[in-house]
Amino acid sequence: MRVIYKIGEWFDQRLQLAAPIREAVEHPVPRNTASWWYVFGSAALTVFILQFVTGILLALIYVPSAGEAWSSLQALNHDVTLGWFIRALHGWGSNFMLAIVLIHMVQVFLFGAYKFPRELTWIVGVFLLLVTLGMAFTGQVLRFDQDAYWGLGIGASIASRVPIIGPVIVKLMLGGPTIAGATLSRFFTLHVFVIPGTLIGLVALHLLMVLKLGINEWPMPGRLVRRATYVNEYHELTKKDGAPFFPYAIWKDMFFAAMVLAAVAACALFFGPFGPGGRPDPTIIQTVPRPDYFFLWLYALLSLLPPSMETPALLIGPVVVIFILLLLPFLSGEGEKSWKRRPIAVLTVLLIAIVLGTFTHMAETAPWSPHMNAWSGDPIPQKFLHGSTALERQGALVFQAKQCRNCHSLEEVGGERGPSLDSVAVRLNQDQLIRQVIQGGGNMPAYGKNLSPAETTALVAFLETLRPVGHAPARDASRAVVLEKNSEATSTQP
Amino acid sequence: MFDKVNDSRRGFLVKLGMVFNGLVASALAVPVGRYLLSSVTRGRSNSYLSWVSLGQVSDFPEGETRLATFKNPNVTPTDGETAQIPCWVRRVEGEQFQVFAVNCAHLGCPVRWFPQSGLFMCPCHGGVYYRDGSRASGPPERGLFEYPHKVDNGLVTIHAGELPTPGPSAALNGEKPSCV
Repeated sequence: MRVIYKIGEWFDQRLQLAAPIREAVEHPVPRNTASWWYVFGSAALTVFILQFVTGILLALIYVPSAGEAWSSLQALNHDVTLGWFIRALHGWGSNFMLAIVLIHMVQVFLFGAYKFPRELTWIVGVFLLLVTLGMAFTGQVLRFDQDAYWGLGIGASIASRVPIIGPVIVKLMLGGPTIAGATLSRFFTLHVFVIPGTLIGLVALHLLMVLKLGINEWPMPGRLVRRATYVNEYHELTKKDGAPFFPYAIWKDMFFAAMVLAAVAACALFFGPFGPGGRPDPTIIQTVPRPDYFFLWLYALLSLLPPSMETPALLIGPVVVIFILLLLPFLSGEGEKSWKRRPIAVLTVLLIAIVLGTFTHMAETAPWSPHMNAWSGDPIPQKFLHGSTALERQGALVFQAKQCRNCHSLEEVGGERGPSLDSVAVRLNQDQLIRQVIQGGGNMPAYGKNLSPAETTALVAFLETLRPVGHAPARDASRAVVLEKNSEATSTQP
Repeated sequence: MFDKVNDSRRGFLVKLGMVFNGLVASALAVPVGRYLLSSVTRGRSNSYLSWVSLGQVSDFPEGETRLATFKNPNVTPTDGETAQIPCWVRRVEGEQFQVFAVNCAHLGCPVRWFPQSGLFMCPCHGGVYYRDGSRASGPPERGLFEYPHKVDNGLVTIHAGELPTPGPSAALNGEKPSCV
């Protein structure tokens, strides 16, 4: 023990770091901030360190070459001892990191921590969120499979819409005219050098400011922040009702960090690594590209926006959102901190969470995507063919063969791009069915050129049978009146 | 302290040192910038594009649409499988062809051809195109990207080499080839 102390003293005589470190960890914090609500920042840092370490471990095997990346991931998954586990840790770690960063941001927002004098801490935090999202997107590209390849195509398509400099951005992003070797090298550089370097710098700034300005005190309803008096009030608080960060508050951070790490490890162990999916061979077009979990909401948004709104929303939307986030501490840098007296803040968080959650949930089933194999894979349920005529059965065949099922479901099987046709005959009469099939419209392509008159007749005959038992078919009211008059005329005739 | 330094000869030398560093830095920035922008500058005047062959005319039956692949004209040693690019070739009749990029005009996902219904469908956001590449339905704002093509000595060749994207560079009308 004495030897260790002596060695420590020898080093400190030269480094002179012991005193500032002690001062930093033992700085007084308001007693009520030693709360489980204050553990998310340190947890995010912990997961970042996990990502840093597992990232270096993966780089021992991974080959950042478009020709070999996929095979090296296979080697990690199957050949290298526990390579799959390190990949799984890194993959799950990325999901946890994004989730924790978001929770941290919500907590900081609801506790009014962005107000004076911590505006810059918040602003650096906003950049940390962007950088974390950047890590998630570039990491998804390094898992160089079909999703990564086509995901890059989607990224390029979005970038190309920037006015004037769009094509320049695309070539800068891809490192050439197409998605190829240079693209992967570029994203590797971003993911491994540029963005992590930025991240480390920003984290250091963020932490430094937390130390210098002190942790945000627990917000009390009615205790307002004023520029003139806040700093003195805060010092008074830490003096009167403060406790040293170490060990008074830090034990909760340590427990939570360990729990998060254990949760990441458990997910990695039980669920395994993410992919890689199919080979990044562009000539294999039988693929349905999907983004990773944290970008699913964007995928939904791109499907649901009216086409004319898409480009403005894609290009202006992020700028506006980032601008609002950066401006927030200047718009409300003073005043009430407690969420109990900031209903708009609470509602904003709830609204954003519900919108993002709904979009993510929708994107998991993607009802807007045609089911590319439904026409050959999902047969027509027997009950729709029971007792049908030869013409109607021929129509059912046309219905399958012409890929109608890719967008239309029967008994909830098949695509959901178009409406379900279980009861289409209740909604549309014969003439309307023919018109819809031949001319399309309402997001349906026109089939006029691709169906012979015989095929159309058969198809419509089949569609006319699609109605629940006991439901009357749709009818043309005016025609019924004419028919009625005609029959009256004939019956009154002698 | 700085005021004192500024007044002295050494203050002048510090300023001179800064100017000197600035000069060297801006001189170095020129090659660094040109290196970083090389993928953009090389692409000027369409130098990425070349005529590549997709195969014999007889490989493509009349009235049908087939998937063809070609090797990207700007291949680098690390491209691997990504050097192979697919496209849809429609032989209308005789030597009349249409060659479409597989990339959807919405966000670039690979569209698939369904000969039975004569439609191209995109698996991502449900863009649909007719057999001649024109837009049928869904989010795309235009038809499929078409490669400029010609029949040369019985070979179908296209002018290709860049990823078609829906930005202004990909405008169908105008002087530029549609897949640039």
